[in-house]
Parts: sequence; C-alpha cells; structure tokens
Amino acid sequence: MLRRGLVQTGPPVRLVRSVRLVRSVRLLLPLLLGLPVLLGFAATVGPALHSGGMTELASWPGLPRAALLSLGTGLGATLAALVLTLLILAALTDRPLFRWVQASLSPLLAIPHAAAALGLAFLIAPSGWIARLLSPWATGWQQPPDLLILNDPYGVTLTLGLVLKELPFLLIVALAALPQTGAHRRLQVARSFCYGDIAGFLLTVVPALYPALRLPVLAVLTYAMTNVDMAQILGPTTPPTLAVQITRWMTEPALAHRDLAAAAALLQTGLVLVALALWALGEAAVARTGTHLTLHGLRVPSLDHARPLIAALTATMITVLTLAIASLALWSIAGLWPFPAPLPQNLTLAAWSHAAPALAATAATSLLIGVLATVAALTLTLAALQAEHRMAAPPIPPLLIYLPLIVPQICFLPGLEAAALPLGASGGLASVTAAHLLFVLPYTYLTLSGPFRAWDARIGTVAATLGASTSRIFWRLRLPMLLAPILTAAAVGLAVSMAQYLPTLLVGGGRVSTLTTEALALASGGNRRLTSAYGLLQALLPIAGFLIAAGLPKWLHHRRFAAGFA
Amino acid sequence: MNNGLQLLDMKVTLSGRIVTLVNAHVPPGQVLTVMGPSGSGKSTLLAALTGTLDPVFHLSGQILLNGRDITDLPPQQRRIGLLFQDDLLFPHLTVAGNLAFALPAVVTPMSARQSQIEAALADMGLAGFGPRNPATLSGGQRARVALARCLLSNPQALALDEPFSRLDTDLRARIRDLVFRHARTRNLPVILVTHDPEDARVAGGPVIAPHP
Repeated sequence: MLRRGLVQTGPPVRLVRSVRLVRSVRLLLPLLLGLPVLLGFAATVGPALHSGGMTELASWPGLPRAALLSLGTGLGATLAALVLTLLILAALTDRPLFRWVQASLSPLLAIPHAAAALGLAFLIAPSGWIARLLSPWATGWQQPPDLLILNDPYGVTLTLGLVLKELPFLLIVALAALPQTGAHRRLQVARSFCYGDIAGFLLTVVPALYPALRLPVLAVLTYAMTNVDMAQILGPTTPPTLAVQITRWMTEPALAHRDLAAAAALLQTGLVLVALALWALGEAAVARTGTHLTLHGLRVPSLDHARPLIAALTATMITVLTLAIASLALWSIAGLWPFPAPLPQNLTLAAWSHAAPALAATAATSLLIGVLATVAALTLTLAALQAEHRMAAPPIPPLLIYLPLIVPQICFLPGLEAAALPLGASGGLASVTAAHLLFVLPYTYLTLSGPFRAWDARIGTVAATLGASTSRIFWRLRLPMLLAPILTAAAVGLAVSMAQYLPTLLVGGGRVSTLTTEALALASGGNRRLTSAYGLLQALLPIAGFLIAAGLPKWLHHRRFAAGFA
Repeated sequence: MNNGLQLLDMKVTLSGRIVTLVNAHVPPGQVLTVMGPSGSGKSTLLAALTGTLDPVFHLSGQILLNGRDITDLPPQQRRIGLLFQDDLLFPHLTVAGNLAFALPAVVTPMSARQSQIEAALADMGLAGFGPRNPATLSGGQRARVALARCLLSNPQALALDEPFSRLDTDLRARIRDLVFRHARTRNLPVILVTHDPEDARVAGGPVIAPHP
C-alpha cells in the first residue's frame, strides 16, 4: 500500500517541479534581456529630463545634419539590403551562381562590422588598392587624388558599407525561413499562370516570407541608424552621425557633456521610433501595391530581364567584401608601397612581429569574452528551449528576445554601468562579458530555436519506452543529434561577441580592450599596417569559428562510424 | 502474476468529448487489434497506454500490466515497448549503439552487454551489423534493428503504432510475422493499431474500435 501511495504521488510532484522550472526559465530569459535594456535606458536618458541638456542640444549647430544622416543612412541601407535580399532570392535561387553565394554567406556573416569597414576603407580610399590598380594607366593619377570618397558628407560610403554587411545577415535569415513558405509550390502555380519568375516570387512568396524577416529587418534598421563602429570609419566627420557624436560626448573623461549626451540619446531614440513608424507605413503601402497588382493580374514577365543585372550586382558585392579582407591581409604584410604601385615593393612581417605581444593578449581577451558569453548564451538558450518542450509551453514572444537588438545600443549601454553599480559590477571583464551576453543571447536563441523545435519528438517517446529518463534523452539523444545547429549557434555567438564595440567601450570603461576596440582606436591613428593586422585577426577568428562549426560534426560522424562498437 | 494487459474502462477525454474508451483484456501472447480510420483516436489510445499522453487530455480508468497498476506511471517505468511506423533509429549512434541504449544498465560487464547485443542481432538475421551506420541499412534491416532494440529493453507488453504501413507488401508480411513470432515466443500481450485489415487477419486476435 505504501509503495502504491508513493507511486501515485510521484508524477504530480515532478509536474509541480517542472512547472516551476519552466516558469522560472521562461521568465528568466525575457528578464535577463529586458531588464538591463530598460534600466540602462532610464539611466542613460534620465539626465535629459531635468537639466539643460535639451537646450544645449538644440543649440548644437551639427544637430540637423547629424540627425538626418542617422535617418538617411539607416533607412537607405536597410531598404537597399532588404530589396537586394528579395531580388537575389527571386532571381538567383535556381542558378549555379547561387551555390557560390550560399557558400560565401557564413564567412561573410562572420566578418565583424569594424573589420569590414576597415577593409573597405583601405580598398576604396583615394590611396586605396582600387585607385592603385587603376593608376596611372586609367586615371592618370601619380598622387592619391583629392577626393572625399571615404567619410563623404552624405554618408554614401557608410550606406554602402552597411548594405555590404547586412545583406549576408538578411539572406541567411530569409533562406532559413524560406522552406516553411512552400516557396517552390507557390512559384510553380505562379509560373503556370504565366507570371515571370521574379514577379511570381515577389507576389506569392514574399507575403509569406516577410513576417519571418520583419524583426530581423527592424534590428538591421536600428543598427544601421545607430551603429558607431562602421560610422566612425566610413561615415562623415563634421558633423558625424548622431550616434558617433553621442559616443564622443559619453566617453569624454570629465563627463562635461553628460546631460547633452543624454538629451541626444533621447533624440536618437525618437529618431529610431520615427524610422520604425515610417517603415511600418512603407510596409502597408507596399502590401497595398502588391494587392493592387494582383487584382489587375499584371504578370510583369519583363522583370526577369533584370536577372543578369542582379547577378552582376551580387557578384560585385561578394567580391568587394572579399577584396576588403584581402586588402587588410596585404596591408598587414606590406613593406614599402608607394602610390600608385599595384602591389607592395616587398613583404614584411614587421607589423605582426612588432605587435605580436599586444596582439596576442588582446586576441586572448576577445576570445575569452566571446567564449564565456557564448557558453552562457547557449546554456540559457538550451535550458529555455528544453523547459518549453517539457511543458509544451508556447514559445517566448520573439519581440522580447529581439529587444536588445531593437533598442539602440547607444541609448541604453551608457547607463547600464550606472544601473549595475549597486549590484557590485565593476566595469571589468565580467561586466563586459555580461554586456556582450545581451547581444549574443538573442542570436544563439534565434539560431537554435528552429532546429531544436523541429527535432522529432517521437525519438524521445521511443527512448522513454526503452526506459531512458528525461535527462538521458536530453543529453544522449537530443543534444548529440542537434550538434551541428548547436555548433553553428556557437559560431554565430562568438562572431557576434567578437564584433561588439560599444558594449566593450562603454561598459568596460576603457579598461578592457578587445581586437575591435583596438582596431577602431588604431584606425584614427593612420598606421595602416598595424590597423590591418588587428582588423584581419578580428575577421579571421570568427571565420575560423564558422569553419570549425561546419567541419567538426562531419569529422565526428566519420570517426564514430569508422570505429565500430559505440 | 502474469495475466497480461488489462484496460479497465480506460477513457480519454478532450474537454469533455470522449476520444477513446476501451475495456479489454489481452492475455500473454495474444494480439488485440484496434482498427479505425485516421483521426478516430487510435494514436491517443496508444499514447494513454505508453504514458505519453499530451497534458491537454484527461485519462480515467485503470491500466494493469501483469497485475501492476501502471495508469499513472511515467513511460520509463511501464515496460511497454513501442514500435512506430518509422523505425526512429537514433541516427548518431551505430546499430550496436542503438541496441546498447535500450539494454538495461544492470547488464554488466561490457563483455556481457556486447554478447547480448550480438546475440540479438544474430536472432534477427543481422549478425555482424553492429558497427554499421543506421542510415546505410535497407528498410527491412532498419525495421529489424528497431524490433531488436525494443525487445532488448525487456518489455512486458508491446504497443504497435501502424508499424508495417511504410513497408512494401512483400516486406510487410515478413516483418509482421517476425514481430508476432517474437511476441508469442516471449509471451507478450500486444496491442496493434492499424488500418490494414490484413494486419488484423494475420494477428488472429480480437478486433475493436478506439471507442464504442
């Protein structure tokens, strides 16, 4: 009787524990991501409300231009990246070129913004590689021309750089969402009604695809409007974009302009909200136009003539980004390289060997922060997803996960340190890692949640009837079967952490330096060789991460099935 | 006590609506066939039996296996082996790894485990297949590995969820005979869910609907 009683109370007790676990993890994740953002935001813009910051800001002569630059480069870059993404998917998915595009996506995604911007700068500057390759035979230049290609006052170069970097991200997100739209069948139907390939894709697939792209696109919009690393290297200088100017005011040693910076951060938030509203209006207008076209039955097969143009544009973008990294590599080992020689006169490892001790230490710090943040992010992600699975709970609303990516970094990171001080945060390595986690966690969660939920739950059912406990099923079956997506998520997490600039700069208080902060600090100094060495290493480490993530599962698989008895 | 599987007024409801209601006794070595069109509650019946019912359902009545009340036990403690229409072999483990996963941990040492696994494979006509990657096996071989894996966990009853429906006609008859033969040899009560009358005919036992 006693035994029977125990057995009967068993399941309810487990159930209660599971419910608690689920509730706590499901609450923990949004809290972990949301609370720092909200507290940091309040602490950042708070001073603007009760001081002269606003009037000070209004009298800053650069204000209209800086604000317009933020709106213009942000909206322009996001729109261009999204349109290109959709056109590439519409025109090229069944072409041979697309394999090459797909193969290059992960490494391109892995390249941090700062490294891409530095490479691009060394490629297209008046004294850059392209000018050297074209001079003097095509241009007649014996000296670097006096052209404002970099840091142009309208932010054209900055916009171009942003498009180059955001395109791979949007393409990867779109490609992951595409199978669920039944794109192939939709296109077949459209073609049978004589719609052109591109028109058919835009009218029948995009309406199903866009909802999955929406939050990533909004994250891109926020980033493009408010990023500091790319804007500092490629953007205008007098005045710079608003976010760069806020960063300057925020990092002034004497905090002389703290109120001004707070007021500017509040304005920046307003600008992002305006841009988001404009974007929503644009979405509605495009949807209406699409419906209109459909009602008229316009098949626009002539759109397909744009295919070669889209292919050429895509190939150019990938080539430019590849050449940008190649130019970093070349500059880092260049000896004497007078203009307009197409290649250096001699190669030397002087920059590398000179910087080696500092470079190694900085790389180690970057890796340490990246690995710690990634491990923490993966643990939290897997715990949350497993809890969701065990209780058949609905997924956490994606907006909560995306919050740190949609609120501009510059509008909550400066206050984060102040908000965290009472908790004993010191602005050291631990605080910086925690700040990185805010941006790594959304990406690992978004990368892993799809494959985790797609795992065949019947495998777990069969294993349970074979006597395996829930934890054995998780550790021995689910985790090993999800090894490839877990490693991909880890590579994404590492790349995201390696790319972070503001969290290291603002939360580290200048005491923590990573490859990114060093590369940006060097970029203003004019030592191309040293800057290139830092930039190149910053790009190579995340790329190596992606290569390992792609190769390791294959190697393990091969080893296991070659070894025999498991 | 070894009197097979008893379903005493086993009833599953979903917000008040009866999904399945069964009153049955399956003696050892016998097959009870549950027939019905898809959506008629067959899978729910099996889920209730194996303890994997979604929490939105409500279960009442009693399930006794050899006199043991397993109604509220988790699937791990029921000792009911389950075969799906897909073999659901673990793709990251070798054939031997799949079997080792099912073999109870009390079987030691390693050499004893290995010899039991090899014997189970030989029993299915798959001697020497231990180191193979499941993905390299034929459909019939995979079905036999799935059966061997299920039997190695030493179940006291079998639950079959249309396990032959994915196999082509010739193979279906052979695998079906193999499963039923092993169930009879081990004196296991079997509940077979199917929509194939031929399955029911060969099983030979009583045929019921998921609910009256």
